[in-house]
Amino acid sequence: MAVTAMIGAKIHRREDPRLVSGAGHYVDDFTLPGTAYMSIVRSPYAHARINSIDVTAASKAPGVVAIYTYKDFAKAITGGIPVAPAFVAEKKQTPNRFPIAEKEVVYQGEAVAVVLADSRYQAVDAANLVDVNYDQLPAVMDMEKALDPKSPKVHSDGPDNVAWDLTYVPDDAEAMKEADVVIKERIHQQRLSPTAIEPRGVMAEYARADGSLTVWMSTQIPHLMRFYLTLGLGLPESRIRVVSQDVGGGFGSKGYPQAEDYLVTAAAKLSSRPVKWIEGRTEAIQGTPHGRGQFFDVEAGAKKDGTLVALKVTQYLDAGGYVGNLGAFQGVACLLSGGAYKWKHISARTVGVLTNRVPTDIYRGAGRPEATHLCERVIDLLAGALKMDPVAIRRKNFATEFPFTNNFGLVYDSGAYEKALDKALEMVGYDRFRKEQEEGRRKGKYLGIGLSSWIEICGIGPSAPTAGATGGIALVESAQVRVFPTGSVSVYVGTHSHGQSHETTFPQIVADTLGVPYDSIELRHGDTAEGPAFGYGTYGSRSLAVGGMAVHKASKKVVDKARKLAAHIFEASEDDVVFDQGQFYVKGSPDKRKAMAEIALASYGASLPPDMEQGLEAVAYFDPPNFVWPFGTHIAVVEVDPETGDVDLQRYIAVDDCGNVINPMIVDGQIHGGVTQGIAQALYEEVVYDNDSGQMRTGTMTDYLIPTANEIPNLELDRTVTPSPTNELGVKGIGEAGTIASSAAVINAVCDALSPFGIKHVDMPASPDRIWKQIQQARVASSNGEEARK
Amino acid sequence: MIPAAFEYARATSVEEATKLLDKFGEDAKVLAGGHSLIPLMRLRLSQPSALVDINGIKGLDQIKVEGSKVHVGALVRHVQIQNSDVLKDKLPILAEVAGEVGDNQVRNMGTMGGVVAHADAAGDYPTIALILDAEIVTNKRSIPAKDFFKDIFTTPLAANEIVTEVVFPVADGPHKYIKFRRRLFDWAIVGAAAQKMNGGWRIGLTNVASTPVRAKAVEDALHNGAKPEEAAEHASDGLNPSGDLRASPEYKKHLARVLTKRAIEQAK
Amino acid sequence: MKQKVATTINGERREHEVEPRLLLVHYIRDVVGLTGTHIGCDTSQCGACTILVDGKAVKSCTMFALQAEGRSLTTIEGMAKDGQLHPLQQAFWDEHGLQCGYCTPGFIMAAAYLLSENPNPTDDEIRQGLEGNLCRCTGYVNIVKSVKSAAATMGGATAKAGAKSAAGRS
Repeated sequence: MAVTAMIGAKIHRREDPRLVSGAGHYVDDFTLPGTAYMSIVRSPYAHARINSIDVTAASKAPGVVAIYTYKDFAKAITGGIPVAPAFVAEKKQTPNRFPIAEKEVVYQGEAVAVVLADSRYQAVDAANLVDVNYDQLPAVMDMEKALDPKSPKVHSDGPDNVAWDLTYVPDDAEAMKEADVVIKERIHQQRLSPTAIEPRGVMAEYARADGSLTVWMSTQIPHLMRFYLTLGLGLPESRIRVVSQDVGGGFGSKGYPQAEDYLVTAAAKLSSRPVKWIEGRTEAIQGTPHGRGQFFDVEAGAKKDGTLVALKVTQYLDAGGYVGNLGAFQGVACLLSGGAYKWKHISARTVGVLTNRVPTDIYRGAGRPEATHLCERVIDLLAGALKMDPVAIRRKNFATEFPFTNNFGLVYDSGAYEKALDKALEMVGYDRFRKEQEEGRRKGKYLGIGLSSWIEICGIGPSAPTAGATGGIALVESAQVRVFPTGSVSVYVGTHSHGQSHETTFPQIVADTLGVPYDSIELRHGDTAEGPAFGYGTYGSRSLAVGGMAVHKASKKVVDKARKLAAHIFEASEDDVVFDQGQFYVKGSPDKRKAMAEIALASYGASLPPDMEQGLEAVAYFDPPNFVWPFGTHIAVVEVDPETGDVDLQRYIAVDDCGNVINPMIVDGQIHGGVTQGIAQALYEEVVYDNDSGQMRTGTMTDYLIPTANEIPNLELDRTVTPSPTNELGVKGIGEAGTIASSAAVINAVCDALSPFGIKHVDMPASPDRIWKQIQQARVASSNGEEARK
Repeated sequence: MIPAAFEYARATSVEEATKLLDKFGEDAKVLAGGHSLIPLMRLRLSQPSALVDINGIKGLDQIKVEGSKVHVGALVRHVQIQNSDVLKDKLPILAEVAGEVGDNQVRNMGTMGGVVAHADAAGDYPTIALILDAEIVTNKRSIPAKDFFKDIFTTPLAANEIVTEVVFPVADGPHKYIKFRRRLFDWAIVGAAAQKMNGGWRIGLTNVASTPVRAKAVEDALHNGAKPEEAAEHASDGLNPSGDLRASPEYKKHLARVLTKRAIEQAK
Repeated sequence: MKQKVATTINGERREHEVEPRLLLVHYIRDVVGLTGTHIGCDTSQCGACTILVDGKAVKSCTMFALQAEGRSLTTIEGMAKDGQLHPLQQAFWDEHGLQCGYCTPGFIMAAAYLLSENPNPTDDEIRQGLEGNLCRCTGYVNIVKSVKSAAATMGGATAKAGAKSAAGRS
């Protein structure tokens, strides 16, 4: 590879001049002439039968263009929203999900009718006049109760409430017998709302003249959306164009098809008007799928010397009223439950449970934060039971030889776990902290430190294990590199940035591979009318390790052709042509050179080798041989106010290893944001429903607690670099790492701070009232001479 | 979300505002800073038929000291209260409380009159008004704070009655307001105020009942020589708070005690 | 019934007839056509819609357009002058203070107000001063750096040299 040092350089972002100037292009930033605005009438109930929908008053409201219900959409939309089986092969029950309810609503916020009107205001006014008559049905909210065969059903015609029940590795009663200590815990993962600050939005125009549909939307997956819309609307893919320009955050929630995507496009077809829908925040918290929503029953055993023996994991996953498009992917938590460690035995089972809540689906980390959280909590619980330092038990059990095959047959490509741990310990001053903690406790000051030595699976993903996840399309990635006659370059990719900075970083790769000036390269994405036939989108920390590699591969194809042409021009053998920093020359004659731009011009000319076609461009699809496996150690330091239960997060250290780094500034930024979302889960955020009525109680940002700058400390970052052997660039992924790592570090620190009370585990969010209550219970328990926590 | 339609009129005098309110009738509302009202209207939890915008009324945006009284006009914004040198000198607890209301943007718009008239149990000014025996002055009368905050979102204000100012006593002794919340710009989960005045303590609590609460039992205990931590144990006497998302009733009562203790101890 | 609203936006006089219930943010975006001011919530929390009204930061989703009568408004589009980015815009770029960019205009406007009130804020003062804005991408670390760096560029550092940041958070 040419060494022009663009890879690894801190390059400032090309995205920023427009974004800091208010000149971005988000979906609500433009409107076609004649656009009708859509407002959606949603179920106020968690579970109800629809008796009738009276639109008489609404249709007379000013500006109303049309009102559509199930029977209208049934003519325009074929089939339901697809569900990918993902990692869960044995599906028991996947209720058919049409984008709008017909007879029964199964979660609060499910669409029941849509109103199109000339203005946004009129659409909302008229939607408020749609009179839906419901009979409320019992809301199934509690997962354990839902599994009782006598439970009311989430879908009244369903067989039961089990979405799936899959045992990856069966329990082995013998395995735990080797352990000297055994811990048991139930670890909760509350529901979270992804809350990208830009809500979702779709605008669609159907041209009756040529039967073409153009869809502008805020999405992470333009090509996949086109694919899903083709299936849903019965239009050929060639007639659908999906355009996604600037996207104001996604975190997974814009990475799969949702009801409104079908409703807006179908309404555009039905009404022959361009139609626009922009999600409101309450709509988003109620209706955009949630992340997490799980609990794990875990049992783990270790020998006296700290050697890990056996882990038994059962995941209960609240699927919601339907199974989310990629919802079952979160079963991956089971497969990573052993974390960075060698275990003799792990058994795991995942149970998907239907409830009358909005479906859950992939949200930043999707299954991996849950895995880290449970594994790193288990390690600390075992350390506590063994009276061992949490650092020592980690060191003792780290996987050290790579590739490392875990208990489920997944192969970790590379790692140096102790190195990251050591660096983090040094940054925090671990030994000094322990002394301060000791002194503090004598004065009634409750300091705590928490470690999270995390690993993850990303770079999704190799074709074979992922082909089932999209209904047959393997999750590889595409790129097209076009070198124009005068040497400037356009690169088209199937991934789509929603904050990841691909416009900046992908050209860094191309600059090094093609050896052309960085400024001569532009990245284009987010328009299915351009570039390769198909792309797979941005999620699962895959854009670099899969998409970046496709870019690299396409660039190399260009170099290969350019080398052939250079050999022809030099009248030399191809093997004798050297390519160095964008210059071709014949071995031994470095003074006679041709730059890539000169070769480009020649490639469109008349003097080509006999077997060569004009042009200098290439398309590549990259199918990685394995996933990639980033890792690191995060450390949180907290002080808990024992009187109020308030947690003060004082320091946060993150040492991460994502292999080779393309742009360190971007990597740090991804970690900052990721860590903050994990801290938010640990301490602040939770979607709360009333468990009797099924009504959501956190439907605004007043009640759904996204932390502000004031609640997040300065994050102290460093890294180690262990290149991935999985791809030529040696890169892994970093988009989700922070979130995967951080909730465990924070909660381990909180538990460490509270250990003098005999508290061993705290659920999330570790809010003051929860902690205060636990301290009270611990005090009562210890005065009763009982175990502090059962 | 989008508010329902309404009529809108600007008033440039209190008299004109009164006339407009009379004209528009019972479902009209006064628009001052709008930071309680507009979010409710956007969620359509409030659908007034008309708004009378009083922001153009001159003279309601003044902070004045007259003798032993501090007059805070209804249109005085939180940011003015927070930065007021007069208040820092004569009624510093109010300036401090103002700095903890909402965020910069909210403090640039929200008003004293708006908070008082809205009478949210989680409002901070009402607690201060209550414990200091402030008077809420309207275009018709002057109402003692203890008679003003009747219930959550409920005051004795008539449909055409407009708060014009709130009159506090000068109180420049030791004081502290502790607002316990998750995020800096949140409402109080529980708030506790302590103000030393005329040789005695005034203790108040925010968001532990449907109205602000004056903790008389704590004041009496302190008067009788109890230590702060002993007196503060009475902060929850007679309280029966309802639980919410962030705190159970028991936890609110506990916070009332802890925060009261801290407010007294930290008062200066 | 529509009523007239006349304002100055980024130095340009604007006059329209609007419905009383039209929110200022919708007026700016949909009527005037300045789409840099964004909307991220329904309840005045997220701050994406922050603009300056007579120099003071406000959330334009919590004002009616008619309330802006006679006022001078500055939106993100009015920050750059003569093709030069405002120091805050430049600092957000230099310090990687944005990722998806959606909350950024609101942060820049809130920060502009913050620096007008306190030209040389400590890290803690910046964190507290931006409490009315939510960002989901950056974890705020680089936003704080951006504001700090802009303060230095704008002369705050020299004006009040030697002011130190308290360690950690409040």
